[in-house]
Amino acid sequence: MSTPTAREKTDWDIPHYAGDHHEELSFIRKYVFSTDHKVIAVQFLVMSLVFLALGGFLALLMRWQLGFPGQPLPGGTLLPETMAPGGIILPEFYNSLVTMHGTFMIFFAIMPLLVGVFGNLLIPLQIGAPDMAFPKLNMASFWMAVPAGLIMLASFWVEGGAAGAGWTAYAPLSASGDFTGVYLGQQLWLLSLFILGFSSIAGAVNYITTVINMRAPGLTWFRLPLTVWALFITAVLVLLAMPILAGALIMLLTDQTIGTTFFLPEHGGEPLLWQHLFWFFGHPEVYILILPAFGIVSELLSNGARKAIFGYHAMVLAIAAIAFLGWIVWGHHMFMSGMNPMLGTTFMVTTLAIAVPSAIKVFNWLGTLWKGNIHFHVPFLHAAAFVALFIIGGLSGIFMASAPVDIHIHDTYFIVAHLHYVLFGGSLFAIFGGIIYWFPKMFGRMMNPFWGHVHFVGTFVFYNLVFFPMHGLGLEGMMRRLYDPTQYAWLADLQPWNVFITWAVFGLLAVQVVFFVNFVASIWTGRKAEANPWQANSLEWSVPSPPPHGNFEAMPIVYRGAYEYSPPDRKEDFILQNEPPRDPVGDRVEPEPQPTGGLEGSE
Amino acid sequence: MNQTAITAAVRRPMPGLGVYNVKLGMWVFLLSEVMFFTSLIGAYIILRFAHPDEFAAPGVVLNVPLTAVNTFILICSSVTMVKAYAAIERNEQAGLKLWLTATILLGSTFVGVQVYEYIHLIQEGFVATAVAYAAEGGPLYGSTFYLMTGFHGLHVTLGVLALLWILTRAVKGVYSSQNLGGVEAVGLYWHFVDLVWIVLFTIVYLI
Amino acid sequence: MNWLLEPSVSTFGPDIDRLYYIILVITGIVFVLTEGLLIYFLVRYRKRPDRRAEYIHGSTRAEVLWTLGPLVIVLMLGFMSKPVWDRAKDPAHFPEDALELTVSARQFEWESYYPGAGGDPDAQDAFSILNRVHVPVGEPVILHLEAEDVIHSFFVPRFRVKQDAIPGRTIPVWFEITEPGEYELGCAELCGIGHYLMDGVVVVQSRAEFDAWRAEQHAAALGGTGAAQLAGSGDLDGAPADGPVAEGGL
Repeated sequence: MSTPTAREKTDWDIPHYAGDHHEELSFIRKYVFSTDHKVIAVQFLVMSLVFLALGGFLALLMRWQLGFPGQPLPGGTLLPETMAPGGIILPEFYNSLVTMHGTFMIFFAIMPLLVGVFGNLLIPLQIGAPDMAFPKLNMASFWMAVPAGLIMLASFWVEGGAAGAGWTAYAPLSASGDFTGVYLGQQLWLLSLFILGFSSIAGAVNYITTVINMRAPGLTWFRLPLTVWALFITAVLVLLAMPILAGALIMLLTDQTIGTTFFLPEHGGEPLLWQHLFWFFGHPEVYILILPAFGIVSELLSNGARKAIFGYHAMVLAIAAIAFLGWIVWGHHMFMSGMNPMLGTTFMVTTLAIAVPSAIKVFNWLGTLWKGNIHFHVPFLHAAAFVALFIIGGLSGIFMASAPVDIHIHDTYFIVAHLHYVLFGGSLFAIFGGIIYWFPKMFGRMMNPFWGHVHFVGTFVFYNLVFFPMHGLGLEGMMRRLYDPTQYAWLADLQPWNVFITWAVFGLLAVQVVFFVNFVASIWTGRKAEANPWQANSLEWSVPSPPPHGNFEAMPIVYRGAYEYSPPDRKEDFILQNEPPRDPVGDRVEPEPQPTGGLEGSE
Repeated sequence: MNQTAITAAVRRPMPGLGVYNVKLGMWVFLLSEVMFFTSLIGAYIILRFAHPDEFAAPGVVLNVPLTAVNTFILICSSVTMVKAYAAIERNEQAGLKLWLTATILLGSTFVGVQVYEYIHLIQEGFVATAVAYAAEGGPLYGSTFYLMTGFHGLHVTLGVLALLWILTRAVKGVYSSQNLGGVEAVGLYWHFVDLVWIVLFTIVYLI
Repeated sequence: MNWLLEPSVSTFGPDIDRLYYIILVITGIVFVLTEGLLIYFLVRYRKRPDRRAEYIHGSTRAEVLWTLGPLVIVLMLGFMSKPVWDRAKDPAHFPEDALELTVSARQFEWESYYPGAGGDPDAQDAFSILNRVHVPVGEPVILHLEAEDVIHSFFVPRFRVKQDAIPGRTIPVWFEITEPGEYELGCAELCGIGHYLMDGVVVVQSRAEFDAWRAEQHAAALGGTGAAQLAGSGDLDGAPADGPVAEGGL
């Protein structure tokens, strides 16, 4: 420690390692308004699993209407008259379902699961830090996300119902309640996302500062686990994309409420401006929802195969390339919007270019498995399924990247299939795998592997039964967000497929119950976990499960990268990043423990 | 791994930028703020190019001389902020408090003048909404004007509040040449808000 | 599950379909190779007590190879897509001497406006019809797409035509249909409660039939009896709201 005095004197709270003195905390400070990143991760986990279940329930209602349009929903009479009189879902409620399913899944389930849970849990643990750079800001980040979610949820019960203009909220449909009958619901939607934006930006500032400043000695950029790389780059995307959304939300909100005219064309407003702003945020957002999953999957594949990740540097560069390209492709969401066709060509080229880093990632994952010694533990299975399904989602993306082909499939179920292959088959499989893998670091126990297998197989099968046929529906021209497809003669013939998908959704959701029960039961009854149950390399496995407040007894010192599986000079097929190297000569070199800038005062 | 490799591995230069967390965090946050104002200013530029006749010529609706004076006041407040930081770097407690107070006063003046300007504009029919708009140009002009200047004004107001908080801490004697992270971070924010205004003044009032 | 597209009936449709099938073949091959390799690796390198994973960190040659390979393929696709895109969407490439109509979308119907016989949209004999567009076969047609309230999207799957209609803008859409018939038209952009009800028909007729139909409509517009004369003529779903509107001019 160079200047411990400077460290004491800064008037910002600095996290301490576990070996330092810790005051006893009250229950509230420990579990509710906690500043411990691991507790906050668990809080995010609970919150987003609840919203995940809610999003699934909304999807089920939607699928019922699509499979059996106009028929009363079993038990649907429990819903209020304004949503489903006599159990029959109303068109305006259906539009709310479409909107809120997307909104909850993207903003309150997948995004907090990936960024909130894994970002909070893994960043400090994997870089050898005692906590985040700004623990109180971290706490504030979570406690802003909760009211945002509750406001969103409450909007179902206000007059006019919840927002019904799609999760993309295209103006002018969303800009005036006169078009939808939804006034307050749309405003609450905007307000909720605005608050969530603050939460996300606060998290991003924390992650970026922590990764830059608080890595343990010896943990250079290219020794970081890919999870940290992915989360770091994701945080940069969140930091730069969310404020764009915030700006757009404000303009839409004032159009809705006080009568400004940003997106309303009668007084010179531009409906397409909303689309440009929304997708300039929205496409980076798409990568926010997948990059952390890339990191998690790399970790799980390498661990399962007992082999170093193939092409580590290429993997990092591919993540960075995807993140960069993500800023210049937003126009592909607007191929059919009537923007200048020249722009269409430009966006087509940039979009196609994204296939390249995506392909690099897939090939490197395959290379990781090559000549490995694969342990099929449950997290690995999820990662392998991720690769299999991401290939499908990636390849289907090429169809719509080609602007002329997109003419036919734009806004059809082909898009719905594609985005679910990436977001569910991709992100959610990685999330399930990640939760099971790092469960011991959150709760000190293991999840039940038998029920883990049951859930995995069931999800994989039903998932494909639900979403694969949607490609076909899209190619036949079935549009998205359609309350009753049988109204169109050419879609009425496809109804058997819609019925089939609806039944498959029942199966898919039933299997998720297995996961939820396994999750909750394992918290109390799971097998107690040792420090390193998966025999992995990164720093979080060098401390007890769960790690104590402050994580590490003292600042760890890192000697190698995170993927040194099966090193030739060792009996075990793994080696912790902070295990001191055996010294062949005998004069061991003590590392100079240089703390990172973050623990010092000013220069 | 041979011995040299181990040594090299251990002696690798340390991570971290040599900037303490609060300062780095503020820089990172300001990047986010840049993007926020980019979205507002970008929307303004797009709308103005698409509908030039919805906007009045410079100086027709807006009071340029008054705002020029106000701009000068805000620039002065950046100078006093630099003075405050320089004072605490030399451990001068009195200087810190003096210059912080000056910055707060200048910042408050800026906001006050802006409120005065708003009141007059609204009386002249220059409002943000389509219904009541009665000035030169169209309601899009009012919408974008109040959006950009309003959010800037909100940032200045928050900056003044942050400076007040720093001042109360300075009075308590929290800061020293060893501990000035708070002063520096809020100072960075203040300079940023000042910079944004210069951009806004140029594109909203002068061009 | 059918990966084949229903045949298109527009002049540029086959180009789009060809591109679709090229991508289908390429992605199909990549799909089989990568998924096959994944399954092969999973089986071949499954855990064995006597096996140890090899200590390999990567290969620069492999990285270069699988960076350049996809790059070449996507660049090729880009080059092949551009002319098809321009032909379908770029007004600079639109044919001359096309029949020009205005189609306006509103919650929740389409209205096609036909100018008077002299070409004047405000003439006495100008007329409009709801949820139907009549066009001649084998001739280029340009629709000027407008929206009155929110965004809609003009989608005729068999034409391979889809274009958003944006309020405040007029967006030209062109096509030339090769086979007469009645083709279904839908709205592809969520536009409110009745989004699912915005179906319509594009009636593609021989030039003679089209001219006869149009003359009848002109006459009806002058006499104000259009609705009576044409009610229920060849409407696909026979919804009473569909069909011609008796309306003199615009």
